[in-house]
Amino acid sequence: MSAVRPPRPRREPAHVVEARRDAALEALVATVPFAGVLGIHFDRLGDELTARLAFDEKLIGNPVLPALHGGATGAFLEITAQIGLAWTLVWARMEQGGEPAAAIGRGEFPPLPKTIDFTLDYLRSAGPRDAYARAEIRRAGRRYASVAVEAWQEERARPFLSAVGHFLMPSEA
Amino acid sequence: MTESDPRSDAARPISADPRTEARSTPLSADQVAEIGRRFMERVRWNSELGMKLESLFAGVAEMRVPFDPRFVGDPQSGVLHGGVVTALLDGCSGAAVMSHPTGAAGTSTLDLRIDYMRPAKPGADIVARAECYKATRHVAFVRSVAHDGDIDDPIATAAGAFVLERPRPAAKAAAAKPEDKA
Repeated sequence: MSAVRPPRPRREPAHVVEARRDAALEALVATVPFAGVLGIHFDRLGDELTARLAFDEKLIGNPVLPALHGGATGAFLEITAQIGLAWTLVWARMEQGGEPAAAIGRGEFPPLPKTIDFTLDYLRSAGPRDAYARAEIRRAGRRYASVAVEAWQEERARPFLSAVGHFLMPSEA
Repeated sequence: MTESDPRSDAARPISADPRTEARSTPLSADQVAEIGRRFMERVRWNSELGMKLESLFAGVAEMRVPFDPRFVGDPQSGVLHGGVVTALLDGCSGAAVMSHPTGAAGTSTLDLRIDYMRPAKPGADIVARAECYKATRHVAFVRSVAHDGDIDDPIATAAGAFVLERPRPAAKAAAAKPEDKA
């Protein structure tokens, strides 16, 4: 047992930190009303996000199959990519502590990244059930970011939609 | 739906390619109107977004999403979310494929690339115009533009490849006599 240690600043309990992160994520997603219309929610494990598109009859594009509408699932991926990028900025500010973190706590988020282009690869049709998506940030520069997103339903290894997009990051405030 | 000559204003090609197949209009106005009506009625997501079919000619479709505060992407600016533009361009492109004289039985998106030029004006409707400029046996190619009033000042443009489903008997005949590679 070590006898002498320099005094450390008291750390907040983990559950307090996690609750604050969850609240910030929820508030961030709430700034995009269209995400609510689609029925998109985000699950967080550490800093990793998984988006969830809750099935609803209104998302049907092909009533015969039936299948989800490509426009709805495309929008789902675009929001997953955009929130994924915005979340990295929010996370960095919260980790920074001090005034940047306090601003996030007050719901003052940096402007959302703007889509420059988005390319959707429709791999198979999506059935009438929940869908999930994860964004992978391939490059996060000061000005431009490149993101790959994939959506799946029952099996992660069988994605139904894959996309890549470029985003313009907000200027440093 | 606006009634106008397909060869005048509405058929103005998105690219100035004179070879576009969309110029010829063998389908009657009634046939085209029926396709459009069913397309909007049966596809729940299109009606959910409040999409309106503005015009539909052989291979060319025009659709509008009226401004709705629920569809805003960034409340600070009051601009519609890019996902709305994606949904509109995708839906409008599908309508263009279905109205093409080739006579598709159904369609679905294979690939869609969207370029965003600028945000829509706050509170503005978004109008999309899509043109199915080439249909092979199994694949249809579509160009589209989204704007908020002036088609020459676009919000976004898109290019897509779509599955072209043929009516069943035609598909059998095709197997015996393949013509197009795609």
